[in-house]
Amino acid sequence: MNSLPYPIQVHDLTVSYQRKPVLYGVDLEIEAGSLVGVIGPNGAGKSTLIKTIMNMVRPNGGFVKILGKSPKAGTKHIGYVPQRESVDWEFPVTVMDVVLMGRYGHLGWFGRISKADKKMAHECLEKVDMLSYANRQIGNLSGGQQQRVFLARALAQESSIYLMDEPFVGVDAVTEKTIVSILKSMQQSGKTLVIVHHDLATAKNYFDHLLLLNMRKIAYGPTPKVFTEELLQKTYGGRLTVFSEMASQAAKQPEIETAKTIGE
Amino acid sequence: MRIFLKLCPGLLLLVALLAIGIPELMAKQVGMQGEEKFWERTVRFFLLQDTSVQIVVLGSTLIGISCGLIGSYVVTRKLSLFGDTLSHAVLPGIAIGFLWAESKDNIALMVGATGAGFLGVSCLTFLQKCTHVRQDSALGIVLSGFYAVGICLLTRIQKMEFGNQSGLDSFLFGQASALSVEDLWGIGCTLFIISLFILTAHKKLLITGFDLSFSRSIGIRADSLQYVLWLLLAFCIITSLQAIGVILASALLIIPAVTASLLVKRMNAYLLISATLGAFAGLGGSFFSFLGQGMPTGPLIVLVSAGIFIFVLCLRPTDGLLIKWFFSRKNTLRIHREDTLKAVYQILESHDFQHQTINTQALMSKRGIDIVKCEIEIQQLINAGLATTEPRSPKLSIPGQSILSLTPMGWEYACKIVRNHRLWELYLTNEAKYAPDHVHDDAEKIEHVLGDDTIRQLEHILSNPRKDPHGKLIPSLTDMEMGNIESSPSS
Ligand SMILES: Nc1ncnc2c1ncn2[C@@H]1O[C@H](COP(=O)(O)OP(=O)(O)O)[C@@H](O)[C@H]1O
Ligand SMILES: [Mg+2]
Repeated sequence: MNSLPYPIQVHDLTVSYQRKPVLYGVDLEIEAGSLVGVIGPNGAGKSTLIKTIMNMVRPNGGFVKILGKSPKAGTKHIGYVPQRESVDWEFPVTVMDVVLMGRYGHLGWFGRISKADKKMAHECLEKVDMLSYANRQIGNLSGGQQQRVFLARALAQESSIYLMDEPFVGVDAVTEKTIVSILKSMQQSGKTLVIVHHDLATAKNYFDHLLLLNMRKIAYGPTPKVFTEELLQKTYGGRLTVFSEMASQAAKQPEIETAKTIGE
Repeated sequence: MRIFLKLCPGLLLLVALLAIGIPELMAKQVGMQGEEKFWERTVRFFLLQDTSVQIVVLGSTLIGISCGLIGSYVVTRKLSLFGDTLSHAVLPGIAIGFLWAESKDNIALMVGATGAGFLGVSCLTFLQKCTHVRQDSALGIVLSGFYAVGICLLTRIQKMEFGNQSGLDSFLFGQASALSVEDLWGIGCTLFIISLFILTAHKKLLITGFDLSFSRSIGIRADSLQYVLWLLLAFCIITSLQAIGVILASALLIIPAVTASLLVKRMNAYLLISATLGAFAGLGGSFFSFLGQGMPTGPLIVLVSAGIFIFVLCLRPTDGLLIKWFFSRKNTLRIHREDTLKAVYQILESHDFQHQTINTQALMSKRGIDIVKCEIEIQQLINAGLATTEPRSPKLSIPGQSILSLTPMGWEYACKIVRNHRLWELYLTNEAKYAPDHVHDDAEKIEHVLGDDTIRQLEHILSNPRKDPHGKLIPSLTDMEMGNIESSPSS
């Protein structure tokens, strides 16, 4: 097991927007087959971490490796589920179209969608219980249903690693249960999953590993070890005032560049 | 697609209406004499009798298709204002091209327009990347700035000696009849490249439009795609300027595509409809311009496409404005009918179901409406086969003095409505714990919308009740035969 490269390895990662550091010196090694919850307060840099791993934000320092490769080569092994707001829900696509997008990574420029792809999309929709909505326009769904469609698309990607940004936002209790059980079964089939989550109460039951993040990595490890009063206090209670002050100071030095958001 | 076929006759009708209205107007304006000439010209246009007409027809149709296709992407990606800015930004380029060639030389104009377009996009990119100006403001600045420069240059040109017969103002408002064979080549090539691009990159365009960050995550080069799209948009605008003009060029990009968005939910159909409507609009505009002998084409194209848009907005299936109005009216009529039936039931009930008929007077006072309305409502019941009337006495038939009796169907319907009302009242008092005097108004509304499934659920929850909160009978399926109810009040 140890001889294999980590699915996700982050080393001394520093990211800042307009000279304001958001992540600072983050180290992370995620082992294959873990179901990791990323928790931390709003603005802690959770989405930024995900985006940096996905090569959408360029770090100022440190590096990311995916299965031992550079992010550029590695991201195609990752199934990415963006935050729900990042999508144009008015767009003229049906639920089926969206799920089929999960297959696009496996097609070329002239690639046609094969029968097998369609069958696969069908099955994925069935797994998330949305098959009866296959021909609906995507904007006509409720928030929870949209999130299920996203999940179906991720399933259709057949990746070995998944990154999901807040898949439980705007989702009712039943859907949340469905999603969790699907995540667990994905883990059972050997996938590595990293899920951004903001609800402390449920985090303990959903994930087997937790990453506590607030600008710095506060802790990472198996849930029972990390989910302690002290560490949570450190993550949520009192911003790390001294530390963030120092970081801002350091950021004003010319040698630390501003992170460029790629293509935004 | 079926939807569109259904609309086709309507579209033709609309075009025909415009065809009658506008030429009348224009015939007066340009001093044409009467109908004969108008029909002659119409025939000439549609039989494609001379080359100039052929060029106009072909050119404006192809432009319409190009704009419809590219417009679909412009609209779904919320780039409408961007298209408008680009079209205005090319104006100074056209003027400079003209100054340079000292005549209306197509190549020079094209080069100028392309250059200015790129300059415009660069300014835009600069404003966005290097300042905090918001995108819509940046678009506004570039649009008006470039346009202002263009207008100044054009005015100067018109004062120069070679400027008088320049015909440059056709670039402002469009003049399809000025299209040349070279223009046609440009238009054809643009359409060809656009189609090729859409065919090869269709899936990538779809996914980058819907979910940009996901598309990047699977390795699609969304930025290159975006630039190609901009480039094609620029070519599309530049080649169509002669026909539609700078000021209104973006309308042909936007209106057909928006019309398509009212009709379909998938990108393929969207492209198809948008292109078809674009072709219609282009052709229609140049046709009217041809009839009007030199009316600027741009405004006419916009009028035709806007006409189609309004038409679709009103008549599209399921939620067109007119269709909605029609259904809501139908619904109102149904509710009135049901209220009348219920009133009849209640009158019969107040006499312990001793009689099977009521007189109109009683219904009037029960419903609290005047005689005219009452007559109308009764007439509607009769039309629907729910009731019959006969004069009070065979000799005199005065309005409001007739005898009304329900048909078996009407009786069943009335029982159903009363049952809905009373079940709901009971449900509100027993299960939702409303006070009995609070439930009537609510039930008045709900009774009309309770479906059979809900009724069955209510029956189940309330375990098939017999009496409502006010102690009145809830007529059940078995009671619905007259006889049963007549005997039941004592029980
Ligand atoms: N594109 C951006 N430009 C500038 N600042 C940003 C940008 N995206 C995020 N930030 C800032 O970075 C911080 C972390 O953001 P984010 O990673 O989205 O937090 P989280 O997802 O944990 O709530 C926030 O303070 C936010 O304001
Ligand atoms: Mg976030």
